[in-house]
Amino acid sequence: MSKIRASMIVCQDVHKWYGDFHALRGVSLTVAQGEVVVICGPSGSGKSTFIRTINRLEEHQRGHITVDGIELTHDLRNIEAVRREVGMVFQQFNLFPHLTVQQNITLAPIWVLKMKKSAANEIATQLLERVGIPEQADKYPGQLSGGQQQRVVIARALAMSPKIMLFDEPTSALDPEMIKEVLDVMKELAHSGMTMLVVTHEMGFAREVADRIAFFDHGELIEANTPEAFFENPQHDRTKLFLSQILQ
Amino acid sequence: MNANTPQTNELAPPTERIPMIRWLHQNLFNSWFNAILTVVATIVIAAIVFGLGHWALTAARWEVIPANLKVLFVGTYPAEQLWRVWTILVLIGLITGFSGGRRSGMMGRIALVVSGGAVLLGLFPFPLGTRLWILGVGAAAGGGIGLGLLAKTRKSPWIRRIEIGVWLASLPVSILLLNGIGDVLPVIEGRTQWGFLLNLLGAIAGIALSLPIGILLALGRRSKLPAVRWVCTAYIEIIRGVPLISLLFMASIMLQLLLPDHIRPDLLVRAMVTIIAFSAAYMAENVRGGLQAIPQGQFEAAYALGLGKVLTTILIILPQALRAVIPAIVGQFIALFKDTTLFGFIAILELLSLSRSVVGNLEWRGTIFELYVFIGILFWTLCYSMSYVGRRIERTLGVGRQ
Repeated sequence: MSKIRASMIVCQDVHKWYGDFHALRGVSLTVAQGEVVVICGPSGSGKSTFIRTINRLEEHQRGHITVDGIELTHDLRNIEAVRREVGMVFQQFNLFPHLTVQQNITLAPIWVLKMKKSAANEIATQLLERVGIPEQADKYPGQLSGGQQQRVVIARALAMSPKIMLFDEPTSALDPEMIKEVLDVMKELAHSGMTMLVVTHEMGFAREVADRIAFFDHGELIEANTPEAFFENPQHDRTKLFLSQILQ
Repeated sequence: MNANTPQTNELAPPTERIPMIRWLHQNLFNSWFNAILTVVATIVIAAIVFGLGHWALTAARWEVIPANLKVLFVGTYPAEQLWRVWTILVLIGLITGFSGGRRSGMMGRIALVVSGGAVLLGLFPFPLGTRLWILGVGAAAGGGIGLGLLAKTRKSPWIRRIEIGVWLASLPVSILLLNGIGDVLPVIEGRTQWGFLLNLLGAIAGIALSLPIGILLALGRRSKLPAVRWVCTAYIEIIRGVPLISLLFMASIMLQLLLPDHIRPDLLVRAMVTIIAFSAAYMAENVRGGLQAIPQGQFEAAYALGLGKVLTTILIILPQALRAVIPAIVGQFIALFKDTTLFGFIAILELLSLSRSVVGNLEWRGTIFELYVFIGILFWTLCYSMSYVGRRIERTLGVGRQ
């Protein structure tokens, strides 16, 4: 694969405060098309906040974020344009409990992309096949296991044909035996060339799939490097400390 | 072991059968104090039941009810124009049947109850005309069910659209038909003396309008725009802080003093608007309770998919919020229906006040208790039906939620 790729996400000096708390302190990161970046760091380090600024679930107060050439400002049209291109997977799934699996997936294509119902249903069937649960289309989220729910969330996001997928700790709320089924879907997605930003503690996944690993601490991006360099040769003391804690 | 029984090691839960004597001892006579309470309560209940039963079977003059049925139900509505009321009932039977046939489930059950109930009522010794109309309502509901079943086999989006349109039009059409339309249908005077018809109209209009208004108020109270939020909050808190009866008095007397002379809204319209406005404030708080219960993640998931605020509210938030507060909403509907009897205090002759006028008639002096029992049973039947339908809706919508 050619290494000269367009930039999908460009973040420059991004700052975010919650009241007096400085949650993001000048984060700059560029993600190329098709790149998989895993974000790790101790809890409270701002990694979730950071990926939530990319589809503006959190507003940044200084700096610039440009997604596929669209800069995120207060302009609602830009925000909605970016959200149409960016899929998101949440730690707590956030499926719509009053809709069936199929309705969860087809809702946004029908109402946002104005797709025909039959076309949307066809896409839903294909996507459920892709994430390995074609038989669950007519169930409600409450009837599925955590791993199945999270795969529906991925299918729901993919139904919008996003250019970028954000994962906010997708496996943290899952029982151990279900983590693999979700990671497998994510791996397949990464190999298909999707641009992905993944906040996770799954270091095995990071080592295997990530093009780069970005380490956050206290709202700062400490370093971002290839998995080999990150695990074998960390540059900063804080990174070393973190790795020593999680790799035991 | 029987050959048909699957061979499993699963144990069925033990079925415990407590002998009657032990049950009595455990629940009613487990201490001296409880034993005395049981005996005293039994005597009191027996005395009341016996007294009531004795009165109902021997002393009560139940003939007051059939003799005044027309007055109680429609008051001074002219007898030769009663076909309008019946026509409305027939039409409502027809669309209820149609909806029931088309979607079966709970709506189907309601349609069956309407049709079967009407046929059963038709067996009672009403005057011939009344019986024919009642049977007509039953037949219309039955025919509607047939039409609905037929429509079910056809896949046209228009059937559903027309059905919804007819339901939405049913209230204004009914009111026009009852009241009369200019030159086409003579306008009927004395709108404030239509007995139980007014209770029903007040309740139906209140139910149909207070929910949407309440939803808007609840959304307004959660708005990010301070002006909208303050107006809605003030409205809700002021209305909820005042008794309905004083609002009705205000609408009937004070409004006339405050408004310029050429604006004289009809007394009935004022009463209806008041009860809708009152109910909407309570409805708003019920709905707000449901909105409060929706986790932030639902908004975030919808926004992340590119849905705007309006679509998120309509498609994601409101369906969940309303479902969560169905019991409170149904409770408010029931309260609203019973509150229509307060119309009597501002000189609107609804069912309760008409029953007092009936007793004012020398022939029926001393029959107020019979009338009250009848009114109580009538209200209870309708309120309990609402409560039952509410529970069914809750269960139907609860599919797949754990």
